[in-house]
Amino acid sequence: MAIPISYNVRNLILRKGLTLMTALGIALTVTTAIFLMALVAGLNRAFVSSGNPLNVLVLRKGSEAELSGGFDASLYPTLKTLPGIAKDSHGEPMTSGEWVVVIVLPRKDGTGEVNVTVRGMMPDGLEMRPSAKLVEGRWFQTGQREVVVSKSIQGRFSHANIGDTMEFGKGSWKVVGVFDAGGSAYESEVWGDVNQMASDFDRQGGFSSAYLRATDPISAEALKNRVSDDQRLKLEGFNEKEYYAKQTSSGTPIKVIGYVVGFIMAIGSIFAAMNTMYAAVAYRGREIATLRVIGFSRPAILTSFVLESLLLALLGAAAGILLMLPFNGMQTGTSNAVTFSEVVFALRITPQVALYAILFALIMGFVGGLAPAWHAARQNILNALRS
Amino acid sequence: MTLSSFIVRNTFRNKRRSLLTMASISFSLLLLTMMMSIWRTFYLDPGPPDAVRRIITRDRVSLAFFLPAYYRDKIRSVPGVVAVAPMTYFGNRYKDDRASNAFAQAATDPDEYPKVASDKIIPPDQLVAWQRDRTGALVDVELAKKYGWKIGDRITLSSPYFPVAPELTIRAMYKIDPPARSLYFSSKYLEESVGWFKGQAGWYITQVDSADHVASVSQAIDELFRNSPQRTKTESQQAFQLSFVATLGNVKVFILSICAAVVFAILLVSSNTMAMSIRGRTREVAVLKTLGFTRQRLLAIFVGESIALAVGGGVIGILAATGMLQWLTHSSLAIGIPAGMRVTFPTMVVSLLVAATVGFVSGCLPAYNAARINIVDGLRHIG
Repeated sequence: MAIPISYNVRNLILRKGLTLMTALGIALTVTTAIFLMALVAGLNRAFVSSGNPLNVLVLRKGSEAELSGGFDASLYPTLKTLPGIAKDSHGEPMTSGEWVVVIVLPRKDGTGEVNVTVRGMMPDGLEMRPSAKLVEGRWFQTGQREVVVSKSIQGRFSHANIGDTMEFGKGSWKVVGVFDAGGSAYESEVWGDVNQMASDFDRQGGFSSAYLRATDPISAEALKNRVSDDQRLKLEGFNEKEYYAKQTSSGTPIKVIGYVVGFIMAIGSIFAAMNTMYAAVAYRGREIATLRVIGFSRPAILTSFVLESLLLALLGAAAGILLMLPFNGMQTGTSNAVTFSEVVFALRITPQVALYAILFALIMGFVGGLAPAWHAARQNILNALRS
Repeated sequence: MTLSSFIVRNTFRNKRRSLLTMASISFSLLLLTMMMSIWRTFYLDPGPPDAVRRIITRDRVSLAFFLPAYYRDKIRSVPGVVAVAPMTYFGNRYKDDRASNAFAQAATDPDEYPKVASDKIIPPDQLVAWQRDRTGALVDVELAKKYGWKIGDRITLSSPYFPVAPELTIRAMYKIDPPARSLYFSSKYLEESVGWFKGQAGWYITQVDSADHVASVSQAIDELFRNSPQRTKTESQQAFQLSFVATLGNVKVFILSICAAVVFAILLVSSNTMAMSIRGRTREVAVLKTLGFTRQRLLAIFVGESIALAVGGGVIGILAATGMLQWLTHSSLAIGIPAGMRVTFPTMVVSLLVAATVGFVSGCLPAYNAARINIVDGLRHIG
């Protein structure tokens, strides 16, 4: 017969101070782990949620990023006539030739300068990115020196409010709108008219990339292959979604640091949990012996103490998650290894992160509780009763 | 029996509890010491001896953009500049893609680079041999040791950025402390093999006549290119290296918050242990009081015990961190870890002080409670 779990709960409550301190120790380890996992989750979301599976991104053959792309504008009309491209609101093929540069902007809090991606696009470019929603002002107009900025750029950099002017290229640009890209990689960009941008950076007659919107997933695949296989074009097609998914490698250094730090802290916590559980067993020597006399088996005692340790860990995990919840959504930035500009992303405590945190705590509780529980189960009944 | 031996005996009377506590504290201090060493390497270490006089000029936006060759002569014309060398990052692959075989490879000007990097010690005859052979390479002695290279050996490199595989002959080896583990070859060779790269360089590295002029010369250089098609960013070598660290995000805050979590964790562990240990000795405390031990004495005994535990765990943790960093920087995993990263004596002292402080703080409250015990109640206590 198993010992009821309420026995463990009441024991934990009886020794409040000890329980709380051990649980808090586990909670600290869990918070550190959650923090690093939430960073990676936020970063992954920025990339995974970016890009539309129907958009085909065209780059110069051999180039792996828009920044190092660049092809002659004379190829663009050929791209526009390829079969399988959806029609835009004017009945024209939905395509956009784009120009991407990286500029340097000063941070609002004065902690230095950061690289920001500026994207020049054709009017269809906006239509192809329905996930970006205008939250303030209006979109930029073709032929005007106007830009729209993402919400997070507006928050993180000075001179990025509506009516302000930004200085880059050959002169000033008027900020006319703010858009929300829903945490995707576009969240780190400034958008404007492609022709204005190209002339400012002396890059007329070329595009760094082109976007084609396919009618359906099958023609997207066909379109991608057609672009890549055409020997005259010397271009390469990518699925926009896959292109961004590949950039998640930017999070690798954070991941590695997270594993190392989490591992070392976990070992420290395991020793602390072990200490608490050994103390619990030592205090209850006579009690355990009595349980044995009443008829509870050794496995039942073992399970009971492991359970108590798991409960302790669970308490720690809950406290850790609660401590970290206020940080959910906090924005931070890291450098994108592909575009050399800053990716802005939010700390995201997803259900998956919370689940991993709980699992992590349970492992600590299990490892920390096993040896003391074993010790409790192996105790000699007579000696224990006499002590 | 002296006070100290009394404390030591008491510390180890529940061996398992003390050892577990010390193990827990040692792992936390291992992490703390490593974090502090990283902090020191990034933000406090002055680097190689001449690094304070070296500045680096690069494209204002990104290292991904090359600078034109004529920038070099313009930089040379700035007063205070001693020598300027072009530098282009070629890649870090060798033999295969494995990280353990990665080391930095850069193209530079063999004639002027040794003047800029005057802290790299190169035997004069080898230097001349390197300068005469356009396909020659200059390598770190430590790197040569790792691969068993000798002068005259031939190696082939490959790069993700340049579509060539230059074949190089090792002509010279340099020594520097801490080791830089990198390879240099002639930028002329690279320019000849890659057509579109001709007349460009990744960045320029400049030696300034004195450390006091670093700021003014950097400013003068950037001012020089203010209205050029490509504006520049000039900063000290250390700031340049830090900018790679900065791309990871707000590293300072990361390190600080991890350190804070660790210190708080050991505080919890240590005070937990002290509370457990003192509670089990209530009757003993009463006996000691009856024997004439004063409150101050009892307080000292318990706080001393707590400090002994924390410092004991701390010493183990610090030694482990020292060993681990030593092993890391010398192992094949060392890619991206600055070779100068090690646990210095001041770091050890600070770590130990942190441990002692935590021990002191965590011992105070339980010890105070114990010292205040009423003798009669204490003697009656069953536990």
